[in-house]
Amino acid sequence: MTKRKLIGGNEATAEGAIAAGCRYFFGYPITPQNKIPEYMSEHLPLVGGTYVQAESEVAAINMLYGAAATGAWAMTSSSSPGISLMQEGLSYMIGSELPCVVVNMVRGGPGLGNIGPAQSDYWLATRGAGHGDGRCLTFAPYSVQELYDLTGEAFTIAQRYRNPVMILADAILANMKEPCRLHERRDHPTQQPQWAVGGARDGRPRNIINSLYVDLPEEEQVNLRIARRYAEAAQNEVRLAEYGADKPQILLCAYGIAARICQTAAQRATQAGVPTRLLRPISLFPFPAQTIRRWADCVEKILVVELSLGQFIEDVRLAVEGRCPVELMGRTGGMVMTPEEVTDRIVQMGQSD
Amino acid sequence: MREEVYMAGMGGQGVLLAGQILAQAAMMVGLEVSYFPLYSPEVRGGRATCTVVIANDQVGSPVVGHPAMMILMDKIAVNNHLDRLRPDGLVVVNSSLAGEEFDRDDITTITIPANDIAIDVGSERAVNMVLLGGYVAMTESVSLADIEQALREVIPERHHSFMPVNIAALHRGAQAAMKAISPTR
Amino acid sequence: MSRATVPDSTDDTTAVYTYPDSLTEVPMRYCPGCTHGIAHRLVAEVIDELGIQERTVVIATVGCSVYAYEYFNTDAVQAAHGRGPAVATGIKRTQPDTLVFTYQGDGDLASIGLAEVMHAAARAENFTVIFINNAVFGMTQGQMAPTTLMGQKTTTTPRGRTLQQGGHPLNICELLATIPGVAYLARETMTAPKYVLRAKRSIKKAFQAQMDELGFSLVELVSTCPTWWRMKPLEAFKWLEDEMLSQYPLQVFVDKTEQND
Ligand SMILES: Cc1ncc(C[n+]2csc(CCOP(=O)(O)OP(=O)(O)O)c2C)c(N)n1
Ligand code: SF4
Ligand SMILES: [Mg+2]
Repeated sequence: MTKRKLIGGNEATAEGAIAAGCRYFFGYPITPQNKIPEYMSEHLPLVGGTYVQAESEVAAINMLYGAAATGAWAMTSSSSPGISLMQEGLSYMIGSELPCVVVNMVRGGPGLGNIGPAQSDYWLATRGAGHGDGRCLTFAPYSVQELYDLTGEAFTIAQRYRNPVMILADAILANMKEPCRLHERRDHPTQQPQWAVGGARDGRPRNIINSLYVDLPEEEQVNLRIARRYAEAAQNEVRLAEYGADKPQILLCAYGIAARICQTAAQRATQAGVPTRLLRPISLFPFPAQTIRRWADCVEKILVVELSLGQFIEDVRLAVEGRCPVELMGRTGGMVMTPEEVTDRIVQMGQSD
Repeated sequence: MREEVYMAGMGGQGVLLAGQILAQAAMMVGLEVSYFPLYSPEVRGGRATCTVVIANDQVGSPVVGHPAMMILMDKIAVNNHLDRLRPDGLVVVNSSLAGEEFDRDDITTITIPANDIAIDVGSERAVNMVLLGGYVAMTESVSLADIEQALREVIPERHHSFMPVNIAALHRGAQAAMKAISPTR
Repeated sequence: MSRATVPDSTDDTTAVYTYPDSLTEVPMRYCPGCTHGIAHRLVAEVIDELGIQERTVVIATVGCSVYAYEYFNTDAVQAAHGRGPAVATGIKRTQPDTLVFTYQGDGDLASIGLAEVMHAAARAENFTVIFINNAVFGMTQGQMAPTTLMGQKTTTTPRGRTLQQGGHPLNICELLATIPGVAYLARETMTAPKYVLRAKRSIKKAFQAQMDELGFSLVELVSTCPTWWRMKPLEAFKWLEDEMLSQYPLQVFVDKTEQND
């Protein structure tokens, strides 16, 4: 086993990408993810890669569109206000069936908000990607190690489904340091995918990267093809983790940093006499609906804990389909709940019956 | 085992560095750990706090509502945070800047004149090491020797000339803590 | 910080230096040696002297000066990063007799907001821009700005700005000088009293141009960021004069207020 290194979430994200073979980064500074572009500007030139500081997030996402069109392994990272500006570019990439990786270290909003931790871009990440009938495949790490691992894996997943992959984290994960096992940096794949542009050399038919389909039935066929890929991802890429009581009275649902808080709360609530299990979706789109639905038949209640005022809970409710009551515990605006508060709430729920 | 410590002080006192060194030491002895810093958005002269959680297996929440232990480096830190210490908790306070009198009688208070000791060992900037030494003397997860090891890893090579001062500060802090605790226990 | 008290009339001393009415008493959060504070004061003095405090709207943008809405004692709107000139356009078109100014850093104006400022000038939009060029993104911790000098080290040009990694610095005044809609355009600095006086004169002319409805006006203030230049305040002032002023020479580029006299 490799040695562990105490490293920050932002650095782990950047190193995870480089180690997986990402060699191109386009970005625009914004707190709390500045250590990602700073790390990239330092390290990419050392591995033959390229770092470009774009003049804006609008430019950054379109640089990524261009790089992705050539089949390069490329990424950008930003935080909420910047991700808002990237929506148009993401929509074009989905429509043009291009893979890329986008990291969102979510901060308090709406508007300029603040640089505190938040999960209020859940809808933006899982529903959005601008206009049109497409979505980002979205993954939510909950530790520094997972930031490193998942950011790396995101490149393979993006290639597999020819779709943008979003890594959704927050200001706490971005800034916190934890031991992390790093592997060797791998080189990026040299062979271009057969759909990529770069000159129709040696008699290969020319490639066109495009999202304009004036022929309506053709657009529908493209969208259905994209939808089939999402269905395929739902078969293969659903990820979740579960912790705590085997015969729970209460099921906690939380992702990312909220799941960390809940891990401790579930343990304490169980010790306090209310058997509690935590279910943590790691993939948010595709969503682990089936597992949640199965648990909904076996528990009294579900408590959804999120750093937003009821975004993630909608997916949980859609999964539960009314099988049991689903309650919300949310904080917003950069504030977080403590494990003590979550424990109290669970104990209250457990006793009220 | 789950050890939660919250550290607070003003920018420049080395709050974040103390937290990182503790986290590094915990990692090096094979424990799980998370270190979570928070500092005010103003560029300079702001407040700095961090939370370190050490555990045998999963760390769980890096956010702690009522920590069992605190290191408070000045008066404002005491005023802002001491009421959140868990009953029966332990606090290591820098009495050079925060005095000796506190509102709570349900906790263990270790007062250490950290600025005075730091000056005495050769650098006022070693305040954080004095207090960290005091803290380590009161807990079990890591030893002073582990902290010394961690210091070597965290502090860049070119600053290693400050190592003797830092190590002296650690040990003096630990001695001061032992002295402070002995009459009441 | 407390407001300087004006001696009452029974006292035979006269006030020669008072706190401008157009600044609030909120203590500014700028670092030691940062010229944002001087720039605020100069603008406030001009607003006082022109007697336009009650007609003025400041557009606070995104950068270290984002709290401009707390410091200027006038109506204020906070705009998204780079979009100040578009927001100013909206205000000015609906309330033409207000006096509107944006206060923008080089990241805000020259990077993400370059399109907005260029098109506002092209439309001869009748408002004033105060442009703080400190050659870095201060607020986000010292990354390269479009105005960063060649060779300058920043947190995203760790080996110094090179043509390959960061391209050339952008001279905003020289670009704007080609646009006919511009009524007043000058580059000033604030590192010495003589420069401060010049800067204030230019800011006043820029507002005058707006009051006379002559079109778009902009004053670039070559500024310091000691924190991210990693210098002491005095070193920063010297570096500005020695290094920045050769890339960004002080000059009045356009002055249509003259023809108006
Ligand atoms: C859409 C968006 N992208 C990025 C940011 C982050 N951001 C805040 S201030 C800033 C740059 C500030 O630099 P500058 O305008 O030069 O002002 P200074 O702080 O140097 O005075 C950036 C990139 C943001 N708030 N919104
Ligand atoms: S970071 Fe730079 S621009 Fe911002 S307040 Fe400090 S010195 Fe001024
Ligand atoms: Mg700037």
